[in-house]
Amino acid sequence: MNRYPFWKYAIIVIALLIGSIYTLPNFFGEAPAVQVSAGKSSVKVDAAVQARVEQALKEANLTPEVLTLDNGSLKVRFDNTDNQLKAKDAIQHALVPDANDASYVVALNLLARSPAWLSALNASPMYLGLDLRGGVHFMLQVDMPAALTKKAESLAGDIRTGLREKNVRHSGISRNGQTIEVRFRDMATLEAAQRVIQDQFVDLQTTSAADGADFKLSATINPVAARRVQEQAIKQNITTLHNRINELGVAEPVIQQQGTDRIVVQLPGVQDTAKAKDILGRTATLEIRMVDDSAEARSAEIGSGPVPFGTERFLERSGQAVIVKKQVILTGENLTDAQPGFDSQSQEAAVHLTLDAKGARIFKDVTRESVGKRMAILLFEKGKGEVVTAPVIRSEIGGGRVQISGRMSTVEANDTALLLRAGSLAAPMEIIEERTIGPSLGAENIAKGFDSVTWGFVAVTAFMCVYYMLFGVFSSVALAVNLLLLVAVLSMLQATLTLPGMAAMALVLGMAIDANVLINERVREELRNGASPQSAIHAGYDRAWATILDSNVTTLIAGLALLAFGSGPVRGFAVVHCLGILTSMFSAVFFSRGLVNVWYGRQKKLQSVSIGTVWRA
Amino acid sequence: MEFFKIRKDIPFMKNAVVFNAISFVTFLAAVFFLFSRGLHLSVEFTGGTLMEVSYSQPADLNAVRNQIAKIGLTDVQVQNFGTARDVMIRMPAVKGQSSAQQSEQVLTALKEADATAQLRRTEFVGPQVGDELAADGLKALAFVVIGIMIYLAMRFEWKFAVAAIIANLHDVVIILGFFAFFQWEFSLPVLAAVLAVLGYSVNESVVIFDRIRENFRRYRKMNTVEIIDNAITSTISRTIITHGCTQLMVLSMLLFGGATLHYFALALTIGICFGIYSSVFVAAAIAMWLGIRREDLIKNPTKVAGDPDDENSGAVV
Repeated sequence: MNRYPFWKYAIIVIALLIGSIYTLPNFFGEAPAVQVSAGKSSVKVDAAVQARVEQALKEANLTPEVLTLDNGSLKVRFDNTDNQLKAKDAIQHALVPDANDASYVVALNLLARSPAWLSALNASPMYLGLDLRGGVHFMLQVDMPAALTKKAESLAGDIRTGLREKNVRHSGISRNGQTIEVRFRDMATLEAAQRVIQDQFVDLQTTSAADGADFKLSATINPVAARRVQEQAIKQNITTLHNRINELGVAEPVIQQQGTDRIVVQLPGVQDTAKAKDILGRTATLEIRMVDDSAEARSAEIGSGPVPFGTERFLERSGQAVIVKKQVILTGENLTDAQPGFDSQSQEAAVHLTLDAKGARIFKDVTRESVGKRMAILLFEKGKGEVVTAPVIRSEIGGGRVQISGRMSTVEANDTALLLRAGSLAAPMEIIEERTIGPSLGAENIAKGFDSVTWGFVAVTAFMCVYYMLFGVFSSVALAVNLLLLVAVLSMLQATLTLPGMAAMALVLGMAIDANVLINERVREELRNGASPQSAIHAGYDRAWATILDSNVTTLIAGLALLAFGSGPVRGFAVVHCLGILTSMFSAVFFSRGLVNVWYGRQKKLQSVSIGTVWRA
Repeated sequence: MEFFKIRKDIPFMKNAVVFNAISFVTFLAAVFFLFSRGLHLSVEFTGGTLMEVSYSQPADLNAVRNQIAKIGLTDVQVQNFGTARDVMIRMPAVKGQSSAQQSEQVLTALKEADATAQLRRTEFVGPQVGDELAADGLKALAFVVIGIMIYLAMRFEWKFAVAAIIANLHDVVIILGFFAFFQWEFSLPVLAAVLAVLGYSVNESVVIFDRIRENFRRYRKMNTVEIIDNAITSTISRTIITHGCTQLMVLSMLLFGGATLHYFALALTIGICFGIYSSVFVAAAIAMWLGIRREDLIKNPTKVAGDPDDENSGAVV
C-alpha cells in the first residue's frame, strides 16, 4: 500500500537532478573579469572586437582563463585581480584611445567560476541584490507636468501658425499651465478656429466658454496623447541615462522604468556616489550656430592658419575640424523633438527636428538670409563642445520642422537623433530614493544571512531527528531538498537575492517543517489508536494533506500580497517566501513520502516504525 | 521522545472568558501605546537620510552628535548600530539641499574629527515615497485580510473566517504595540514580518478548525464545547512543535542575522508566541460564541466525501 508507481520515483529523481545542476554554480564562487560592451548604439561588440582584445592581451602577455562573447558583450575571466587590472588597462588602451570619446565601455566585473558545461546549460549562480554585493541604487522621479507643459508650449506655437495659415483672426493665444487658451471676438471665428484645431491637432480636445465680452477656446492635451507624451519623455530620459552611465564603466547597470513616471538605476560595485550622481544629473546643452566659411576660416580648419576673431574651432565626430561663430542662434530649449526617419522624396536617411514657436520664428529668419551656407549643431557636455552635424541650408525653413539629410546612414541618423535628444532631458528628474551599500557590508550581509540559514537548519534537523527518530531523518532530508530546490529555482529564474530574501529562506524552512510535523504527529496518532504500521503511514500522509494545503494557501495569500504591494526589500522577501512555500509542498509531502515508501513500503510484515515514542492510553 | 501525554481533554473553553479577557487587555494596552507613543518609523516611511558610519575604535556618540550639530543640522538622531564601532545617523530631509550634499557634508565633518570614519551605507528616501509605502502597506494588509477571509469562508464557513481574522489581527496589533512601547524601529522588513505572521498564525487556526470539523462528523454525541476542547487538545502537540521549529529558525536569525535582521526576527518572535495563544484560546472561543453548529459544517451529508459517520473521511491532522 505504501508504494509509488515508477513514474513518481522518476519525477523525484529528475527534480533532484535538475535541482542539483542549477544549484551547483553557486558553489564555484566568482572570479575577476573584464567586461567590454558597446558605449554607443552605432558600435557593436563582435568577433572583430574579440580579435582586437585577444591581440591586446597577447601583447601584454596575459592569458585569460575564459573569453566569451554573448549578448553584445565580451567577458574575459582571469585567475586573479592583479591580471584583471593589467588586462583592463591593456584593453582600454587598445579599444579606447580617447577617453573622452569612448566607443566601448571597459569595466571590471565578477564572473561565475563555474565550468563551461554548466554555463552551456544556462546554469548560473543566484543574482545577488545590491545589499549583498555593494553598490548604488537610485530611484528617480520624472517631472511629468513639466513634460506636458513643454508639449503644450510647442502646441501653442503650432496653433498660432495653423490659425494664421487659415486666416482665422484671434485676439491672443496664451498658455495657462497645460491648457492653451485662445480668445476671439465673436462666436463664428471661435467655431472656425475650433474646426481648424480639430482637423490639424488630433492631440487636443477643446472646450469653449464665454469670457466677459470675448469668447474663449480652451484646448487641452487629450489623455491618449498625454500618455504618449509621458511615455516618450520617460523613454528619452532612460536613453539619456544609459548614455551617461556608459561613461561610468559599470559592468551590469540596471536602468528600469518603474510605474509610469519613475526610473530605477542600480549600479553594482560603484562606490563613488558623488560622481555617479553628478553624471546622472548632468545636463548636456545643445546649441545651433553658423559655420564660418570665409577663407581665413577655411585655412584655420585645415590647421594652417589662426582661428579668426569671433569664431571657435570644434571637432566633428569624424574628427574633421569645423570653425563656427560664437554667436548662438538657438539652444536645446527650443528643440522639442528629434527623430530619425527618411527623406520623403529621395528616401535617404534623415533626422527630423521639431522646434517650438520661438525657435521656428528665429530659424525661419536665419535660414532665409543664409541659403547655401552651413550651420552647425553643437552638443556641450562637461563643458566640452562637439559638432553633431553641420548641414548646408538649402532653402528657407519655416514652420519649425527641420530635416537634416544627406551623406548619412540609417545608423548615423539614429545616433544623431539620439544625441540631439540627449541634449536635454525630456523632463527634469529628481532623485527620490537613494541607497549606497559598501562592499564590505555586502560581504558581511551574505555571511550573516548564510549563518542564520545554516544554524537554524542545523537546530531544526537535530530536533526532528531526536524527536521523530527515522521519520525525523526523512523530514530533515526533505527539508534539505526543499532548500536545494529553492536555491535551484532562484538560480534558474535569476531572481534577485537580498538579505530579506535570505531571511525569507530561513523562515520558509521553519514553516516548511510544519508539514512534516503534521504528518509525523498524525502517523503517531494512528499508531496510538492501534492501526498497523503500514496503514498508519498511509493514513498519516493522506489525512495531513488537506490541512497542509489549507495552511499553505493562507500563507501564500500573505506572500502574494507582499509581492503585489511590496517594493524594494519587501519584494525580495516575498519572492523567496512564495517560491519556498511552493517547493515545500513538493519536498515535504511528495518527496518525503517517496523516502518512506522506499524504506518501509516493501516490507509486507512490518512490525514497527521508527517514529519516536508512541504511548498508549 | 514525546512531550505530550495528555489523557483527558483539557477544558480550554471553560476558561475562555478569562483567556479572552487577558487578550482583550493586552490588545487595549497595545492600542493605547500605539496612540500614546506612536511607531518609531524608519527613514523608509518618514523620508530623510540615513547614514551608517563605521570607526576603527568604539565611537563616542556625543562627539558625533556635536560634530553634526556644528554644521547646522538639527533634529538628527545618532545611535549605535549592531556594534559599538558602527554608528547610525538619521536626518530628516532638508528643503533646498539634496541628500548627497547632506551626507557628504556630514561625512566630511566626521572625517575631520576622526579620519577612520568610513561610510558603509547611505539611504535617502524622498517624502513622497514614504507616504506611498505606508499606503501600500495598508493595501497589502487589506489584501491579506480579505483574501484569507474569502478562502476560509469557502473552505469552512463565515463564522470561522471572522473568528480567525479577529484573532490574528489582534496579534498584528499586539506586535505593533510592542514596537510602539519599546520604540523599536519599524522598517519595511518588519512590515513584511508582520504580514508573514498574519498568514502564518491563520494557518494555526486552520489546523484547529479542520479538527473541529472532523470532530463534528465523528463524535455526534459531544456538544460544541467538548468538541472544541478535544480538537485543541489533540492538536496542541503539533502546534507547539511546529512553532518551536519555526522559532528555532527565527532565533538563529536573531543571533546570527546582525542588526539588519534584528527587528525583523523580533517581530516574528512576538508574532509566533501570540500566534499560538490567539489561535488556541481566542479564535476557537470566538467561533464558539459566534455559534458554530454541526449543521453549518455538514450541510448536505450526501455532498461530503464519504459517509459522515465514517471516521476516516475528511481532513484531519
